[in-house]
Amino acid sequence: MSECSCGHGEEVNVEFPKELVSFINEWKVKQGSLIMILHKTQESFGFIPRAAAEQIALMTGIPLARIYGVITFYHFFKTTKPGKNKVSVCLGTACYLKGGGDLIEEARSVLNIKPDEVTEDGLFSVEEVRCVGCCGLAPVMTVGGETYGKLTKKQLPEIFEKYKARG
Amino acid sequence: MSKLNTDALNKLRDGASGEFRNKKGYTHYILTCGGTACQSNKGVEIYEGLIAEAKKQGVGDKVQVIKTGCFGFCERGPIVKVLPDNSFYVDVKPEDAEEIISSQVKGGKEVDRLFYKNPDGSPVQKAAAHGDLPPIGFYQKQQRVVLRNCGIINPEVIEEYIANQGYIALQKSLFEWKPDDIINELKTSGLRGRGGAGFPTWMKWDATKKVANDIKYVVCNADEGDPGAYMDRSTIEGDPHSVIEAMTICGRAIGASQGFVYIRAEYPLAVHRLELALAQAKDYGLLGNDILGSGFNFDIEIRLGAGAFVCGEETALLRSLEGGRGMPTPKPPFPAVAGLWGKPTCINNVETLANIPAILVRGGAWFASMGTEKSKGTKVFALTGKINNSGLVEVPMGTTLREIIFEIGGGIKNGKKFKGVQTGGPSGGILTEKVLDTPIDYESLTQMGSMMGSGGMIVMDEDDCVVDVARFYMDFCVDESCGKCSPCRIGTTQILKILEKITHGNGDEADLIKLETIGKAMQKASLCALGGTAANPTLSTIRNFREEYMEHIHDHKCRAGKCKSLLSFTILEDKCKGCGMCAKNCPAACITGEKKKPYTIDQSKCVKCGECFKNCKFDAVVRA
Ligand SMILES: Cc1cc2nc3c(=O)[nH]c(=O)nc-3n(C[C@H](O)[C@H](O)[C@H](O)COP(=O)(O)O)c2cc1C
Ligand code: FES
Ligand code: FES
Repeated sequence: MSECSCGHGEEVNVEFPKELVSFINEWKVKQGSLIMILHKTQESFGFIPRAAAEQIALMTGIPLARIYGVITFYHFFKTTKPGKNKVSVCLGTACYLKGGGDLIEEARSVLNIKPDEVTEDGLFSVEEVRCVGCCGLAPVMTVGGETYGKLTKKQLPEIFEKYKARG
Repeated sequence: MSKLNTDALNKLRDGASGEFRNKKGYTHYILTCGGTACQSNKGVEIYEGLIAEAKKQGVGDKVQVIKTGCFGFCERGPIVKVLPDNSFYVDVKPEDAEEIISSQVKGGKEVDRLFYKNPDGSPVQKAAAHGDLPPIGFYQKQQRVVLRNCGIINPEVIEEYIANQGYIALQKSLFEWKPDDIINELKTSGLRGRGGAGFPTWMKWDATKKVANDIKYVVCNADEGDPGAYMDRSTIEGDPHSVIEAMTICGRAIGASQGFVYIRAEYPLAVHRLELALAQAKDYGLLGNDILGSGFNFDIEIRLGAGAFVCGEETALLRSLEGGRGMPTPKPPFPAVAGLWGKPTCINNVETLANIPAILVRGGAWFASMGTEKSKGTKVFALTGKINNSGLVEVPMGTTLREIIFEIGGGIKNGKKFKGVQTGGPSGGILTEKVLDTPIDYESLTQMGSMMGSGGMIVMDEDDCVVDVARFYMDFCVDESCGKCSPCRIGTTQILKILEKITHGNGDEADLIKLETIGKAMQKASLCALGGTAANPTLSTIRNFREEYMEHIHDHKCRAGKCKSLLSFTILEDKCKGCGMCAKNCPAACITGEKKKPYTIDQSKCVKCGECFKNCKFDAVVRA
């Protein structure tokens, strides 16, 4: 598969962990496995770097254009590096009605970042998500996979401090 | 574990039946809620704390602590239930673990302060038996079929499912019934799809069965992209085997040997429990080759979604499963004829599937005895929003909205006034006071201008602005439209622009006509039901709340105070006591004044957050 024609072949410099390589080799023979492979890749790097997408193209024989077609279609896949602690504020209906919109504004203002930005220390990024399925606890936010329900704006600084302390 | 044949499975079940837990010599079983809501509310600490306390207090061998699925009453979680007393505890905290062990397990005395109390303060009697619902207002009108095992069994232990009639339906399907018998039983039951449209399940199975092909597929739709709905998540988290069993039965009925569960990546706990359950079922020979020695082969794989609402639509879901962009394709051909990789495919929703083992064990006629003439059985709703008891609610079809909202849901939070209830998510509409007494089923909801949809039920009060909510849903649809067909891609964008114009106070009456024209065009011309229904929230609110649109347009007024461009805050001089609370809470530092004298707001700097309005104790801040 050396005749990759995308012109980026030489730039492949993302080291794939062994586990990811064997996952891809196991899955690439299955029909329709690209999305699963992308999930695993994002799990490894926190996002899908271009070089990783190129590497996947080389390993699976799926054209890079198709891979990007898929990455860009789905909200879950990110092409830029998120903060170490990904803050996801739910803007599903239940959360929106209970002030999710204010929460996301407040979170960004407390951390002093804009959408798609990462805090200077690399610790946080803030994104909106659509319903994490805890609507009974609305409004809800998750930080690095931990869920916080029935949130008020006032609680945010304290929660972020906890993660800052962990580094 | 070794593979079972059907006799061995029966033995396992009989040995386990009812007393499965008691066999181990425990005196108490403590069920802690392992649903996502309770888990994220210190549920894990409670679970671990109970185990640690039992050990510490020397009764580690007398108590078994078990994590179950969602009890439904998420509002008052974490929930803990103690057997054999059937004590039902709400709002439990990690610090309560010590007393539960010392008082109840060691001293035989229940922890009264953890009992639920009725709104009038009277304590609640407990359920008569494990499996019965506690006699709390929240549960009074509920009937659990889909959620029959949630909060009852440990979803991570297959034996607990087996002990509760698990895999009996599969045994019958393999050894006693022909595929047509299974389908006939479903026909008798009257079960219709719970994923939204309400298509009769037996017809779908029958159609897939009738297409001749060596390869067919069973797909479980666990995408649940409807924001504000979480019943499919809870069903899988609380009872994954019911879905696995149903898919296997479907495979048997239609002649398929491979199944896929397409599930949201945003549901990690559900994915984890499903993976565990699949592995256990395979170990016991309830999945894989030669299931229970019957010669029937069936396997199930999990495939993760990646956050696209449209992928819940069945043809889009199939394209996504094939590894591509999740764009819908025209129907016909229906998936039953040409689905996954062009092969006949039967695709069902999680809740639809979870009903099936219960139907086949108890009979189609039993199921058909519940519900309305055309909608049989029960429906699970995710009751959320401005409601006192938010949670998962399963009621017979035909229950009225009033019963759900005011009896089960305990009415509106903080004594506010009910404004409307959104059913069917982005495909549905907001229903008003006027229709609260209509018994709900697929047809009545559609007739009232909304939809059953997946079962999200979001209650709104006087502080919610329906124009803003319509805008919210349209914003969602613009984001989620796959962009393939122009009625949806362009229509959603245009409607959103007009709604934004209105919420900013720049609308005129002709806009309402435009909204209706575009909405109707989308209904007729869109490729899939995303576009076909995207205008529903807008159209239903124009119909039901026309006067509020008019207020936004003519009076530049938002009575709920949600549309910020239309708001201004002022301080009434004669009411202001000069306490300074407004200035203290103002994030924009635009309020100034001297203590004990009236404060003023600098309108040019005001960001209209409403903090001054909320924090004034003397009603001196007015919103106009
Ligand atoms: C935009 C859109 C989103 C949908 N989302 C879901 C979903 O999240 N889950 C689901 O089961 N069905 C969803 N559906 C309905 C499915 O297309 C399909 O009707 C259903 O999975 C069939 O299963 P059932 O017959 O058991 O209801 C959606 C439909 C549309 C148009
Ligand atoms: S709407 Fe936020 S968790 Fe469902
Ligand atoms: S998650 Fe515990 S009651 Fe729903």
